[in-house]
Amino acid sequence: MPLIHYVEANGAEYEAEVPVGESVMQGAVDNMIDGILGECGGVCSCATCHCYVDEDWFDKVGPPEGSEQLMLEMVPDPEPTSRLSCQIKVTAELDGLIVRLPVSQY
Amino acid sequence: MQGRVVIVGTGHAAAQLASSLRQQGWQGEILLVGEEPCAPYQRPPLSKDYLVGERTADNILIRPAAAYASHGVDLLTGRRVLSIDRATKMIALDDGQQLSYQKLALCTGARARPASIRGVGSPGVFYLRTLADVDGIRANISPDKSAVIIGGGYIGLEAAAALRGLGMAVTLLELQERVLSRVCAPEVSDFYSRVHREEGVDIRVGVEVLTIENDGGVKTVVCSDGSRFHADLIIIGVGIIPNVELAEACGLAVDDGIVVDELARTSDPDIVAAGDCTNHPNDLLGRRVRLESVPNAMEQAKTAAGTLCDRPVPYQVYPWFWSDQYDLKLQIAGLSEGYDQVVLRGGKDRQRGFVAWYLRGGRLLAADCINRPKEFMVARQLLARKLAVAPAMLADETIDPKNWLS
Repeated sequence: MPLIHYVEANGAEYEAEVPVGESVMQGAVDNMIDGILGECGGVCSCATCHCYVDEDWFDKVGPPEGSEQLMLEMVPDPEPTSRLSCQIKVTAELDGLIVRLPVSQY
Repeated sequence: MQGRVVIVGTGHAAAQLASSLRQQGWQGEILLVGEEPCAPYQRPPLSKDYLVGERTADNILIRPAAAYASHGVDLLTGRRVLSIDRATKMIALDDGQQLSYQKLALCTGARARPASIRGVGSPGVFYLRTLADVDGIRANISPDKSAVIIGGGYIGLEAAAALRGLGMAVTLLELQERVLSRVCAPEVSDFYSRVHREEGVDIRVGVEVLTIENDGGVKTVVCSDGSRFHADLIIIGVGIIPNVELAEACGLAVDDGIVVDELARTSDPDIVAAGDCTNHPNDLLGRRVRLESVPNAMEQAKTAAGTLCDRPVPYQVYPWFWSDQYDLKLQIAGLSEGYDQVVLRGGKDRQRGFVAWYLRGGRLLAADCINRPKEFMVARQLLARKLAVAPAMLADETIDPKNWLS
């Protein structure tokens, strides 16, 4: 199962095995990683699952599109590798992915 | 941060509270107790993806049941808490068990508001609040059958959209003169009525339902003006009421919800509360408020966990809500109650996307954003930062809303 690394804004690091096909957001919720909230349950309505994809991984993950992109423009502290983690589906290729979490999701 | 925390309830607030307690360093036992027979699940899909069968009960779980055990959180489902003894810090369960607590968290949520209609108990008549309700509804869905939905709020409209998508004939009956009358401006109500009618829903407003007659399978909904509607399936969505009885019975302050402060503390220092069941002071709104929403449940639960872990962070956020119907994604920032002006951005009659800005005395109160995610995000920031934008600018589509924040 792909291993995803979550790094909280305070430096705390967590690793979680996340099944292929599940979202990076759901992986955090399943493992009680609090830096991701995922209030809307993954339907791209809330932007409370914002993460910064590690630069080395950004090409594999890809850029945001559509409403995700529009919402990311307006999250607190956006960066070029910002994504909404509910829109990143875990694949075998993403084994080892590192995402950093913002100070606040709202 | 030792000893047992008992969380009463297994909804969104309860699930978040358990998780946040662990994250924020609670080392003792954490026990979730709830009446529903399954692990905490997401309620919003009940009137959307789950209703149409696109998702299963397993994949609307907030997290897999096993995830609680692996984080040392005990889950006791199908058990009702009968009473709380604050003097001895014990709770009594419906199977006779007595459990002690160090700290107690009330996440008792809300239940469907009972409709005062004769015949509500008939087979084929459902409220829409729990997984069990929707399993009942799903068993009565069939493309060649008809449904009557009583109540034109978000739940009723979402159910109408879902059932139309499955090919059912749908009639929606609303007591007020327009749908969404409690929460939206007439412009937004008109928009949703038009879209639903275009999608084939027969919407009747100003209709009071008196009786549901049941004649072996086919039911008839009888209204005060004499109109009658036949249906195989009837769904009632006329609001919810907070579950405050446990709190009330043990002497906690209750006033339109369990009274809590900005740290989610009740009138007992060992008891916190979070979610739909609470009434909290909100400085941003300048008043106390009881909210019915998942974001409120989750964010207030985080605050409650912080309070129990001696990491107090006041709960002070603007409410927000969402509703998905057909291809319409409605995102609402703020509370529009008390507005004296509505400014529209985008054409509500032609397109499937626009914004209704609500103002009072020129100050922004709220925004209904339909297929306008960027404006929604901007609206949240405008509210949080108390920024003023001239109404003419709010309406002007040539201006990028981003510019209002700089």
